Amino acid sequence: MQEDAGGAVRDTDGAFIDVTDLRKTFSVRRRSGLLRRTSTEVHAVDGISFTLRRGEMTGFIGPNGAGKSTTIKMLTGILSPSGGRLRVAGVDPARDRTRLVRRIGVVFGQRTTLWWDLPLRDSYGLVRRMYRIPRARYEENLARCVELLELGGLLDVPVRQLSLGQRMRGDITAALLHDPDVLYLDEPTIGLDVVSKARVREFLLHLNAERGTTVLLTTHDLSDIEHLCERVVVIDHGRLMYDGALAGLHEVGRGERTLVVDLERELPPIEGIAGARTVRTEGPRQWLTFPATASAAPLVSRIAADYPLVDLSLREPAIEDVIARMYAA
Amino acid sequence: MAETGAVERGAPGRRLSARRALGRVAWGLRAYGFIAAMWVRSTMAYRASFAMMLVANFATTFLDFAAIMIMFSQVDALGGFALPEVAFLYGTSCVAFGLSDLLLGEAERIGRRVRDGTMDILLMRPVPVLSQIAADRFALRRLGRIIQGSLVLGWSLTRLQLDWTAGEVLLTVSMVLSGGLIFGCLFVLGGAFQFWAQDASEVQNAFTYGGTTLLQYPPTVFGKELVRGATFVVPLAFVNWLPALRVLGHDDPLGLPGWVDFAAPAVALLCCAGTALVWRAGLRSYRSTGS
Repeated sequence: MQEDAGGAVRDTDGAFIDVTDLRKTFSVRRRSGLLRRTSTEVHAVDGISFTLRRGEMTGFIGPNGAGKSTTIKMLTGILSPSGGRLRVAGVDPARDRTRLVRRIGVVFGQRTTLWWDLPLRDSYGLVRRMYRIPRARYEENLARCVELLELGGLLDVPVRQLSLGQRMRGDITAALLHDPDVLYLDEPTIGLDVVSKARVREFLLHLNAERGTTVLLTTHDLSDIEHLCERVVVIDHGRLMYDGALAGLHEVGRGERTLVVDLERELPPIEGIAGARTVRTEGPRQWLTFPATASAAPLVSRIAADYPLVDLSLREPAIEDVIARMYAA
Repeated sequence: MAETGAVERGAPGRRLSARRALGRVAWGLRAYGFIAAMWVRSTMAYRASFAMMLVANFATTFLDFAAIMIMFSQVDALGGFALPEVAFLYGTSCVAFGLSDLLLGEAERIGRRVRDGTMDILLMRPVPVLSQIAADRFALRRLGRIIQGSLVLGWSLTRLQLDWTAGEVLLTVSMVLSGGLIFGCLFVLGGAFQFWAQDASEVQNAFTYGGTTLLQYPPTVFGKELVRGATFVVPLAFVNWLPALRVLGHDDPLGLPGWVDFAAPAVALLCCAGTALVWRAGLRSYRSTGS
């Protein structure tokens, strides 16, 4: 990679984010006696390697405590790695944090990067000055986000008065005003209603298509990944478990979706439907599982044809279950 | 690897460049300015509330001086100092502390920021962390303490009837400014220690709020050990005691050489250098442990 005067990177090998054998070890001290303390080493990230191409949208998943946040913190330069090699846009994040932060945007689902007591407009004004965004570009970016994320009526409302969905849209806008090359999203749809979720997802797709922004998304919601990412990186216990297409993850983890059907009356378990099996019945309600790689449509039409179907719902496999099965496999 | 080579070539120049360091300080001050200005604008949206807070701040800090006045209704002198002389100590301590509290008082919230994770958000912005923390919730109502201290100081100057020379005027002004810097260092040092111990803000309060109260009284009323500690361990004596003794024509209870009365600016600069080192170490420790 070579760097020109403007700080832009010309990729020669296509790797925009390059992680090689990344490690982070914390020493946790615990009191073991009246005055004695023992310190144990915790390998939060234990030798992870992957590369992301420019413009790629990747899901970064794993159970709680898997090392996702630690990895993101190292990618943003907040934490310095204990070992391994790390480059984001050609920059070593721990060494050159202040230069890197101008090129990345970060959104946390659980906490806002905005100023709690200030109206959105003032928060954005501060962001403009902090990142030294030229006025014209700022106005243009703000107008685009306000239109696409429907923030028009909210600019003068203090952040603390916004609903969770509104605040999330406000946070995404704040992270994009300086045209970052990379966007890290940590649980961006957590706690959002269906409409807000759809709006956020649609916006991210639009952003990625229009601007070629590289997106790394951590989430517990597999449907986020399904809508947004062609690729998933799964980590657990600080190690890389899987790196590839989402469909492949289901194959590897034998992910199963669950169809919950409500019948008119209590009936014996539904049988004889290829690819699905009934795992539970409770009065007129029955639970059927089928491979996550299969489509639900033929299954539903078969049941509707043979049984008095009243209502149904579909449950996606939980990431934890998929990963647990990956271990078992 | 070509890339590693490029980074290593760039690194020494980056580290040694004084211009770069100065540029960073200038940018930090500018960022402090616009963040603070934004908070002022946002609080000025509620003028009545601001006026009430300012008056409240003025009144509560004035209670300290009221206590001293009540004491003087019973005695004529405190440790050999008359009321206008104590008012001089009170005023200089109060203004110096008020300046640092106004500009850097928010640094004591670092422990909370580390606990609730918002420290990470500050590290993700291209502005020095100290500027962001110190300017956060910048509150002009803290001017109340400075106004109150200035009034007491002004009153003491009219009653002291000193023959002011240019040197003494300069000494008094430099005392207040250096004192502000020394208190400011205590705020930032206390904040930096919270990177290691998140509940250290009470200890810090003992030195900052406790320090200003200590300096409102003449050094002669305290034990020598305490005065020694306030001179050599935590250099509070340089905020006003030592220079003020010269202005007021009193003897120094520790019998230090005369030049130390003029040493406040140098002590303040040393404090700044030491504080900068501790701050950097604190931030580095945070970035390697994440807690």
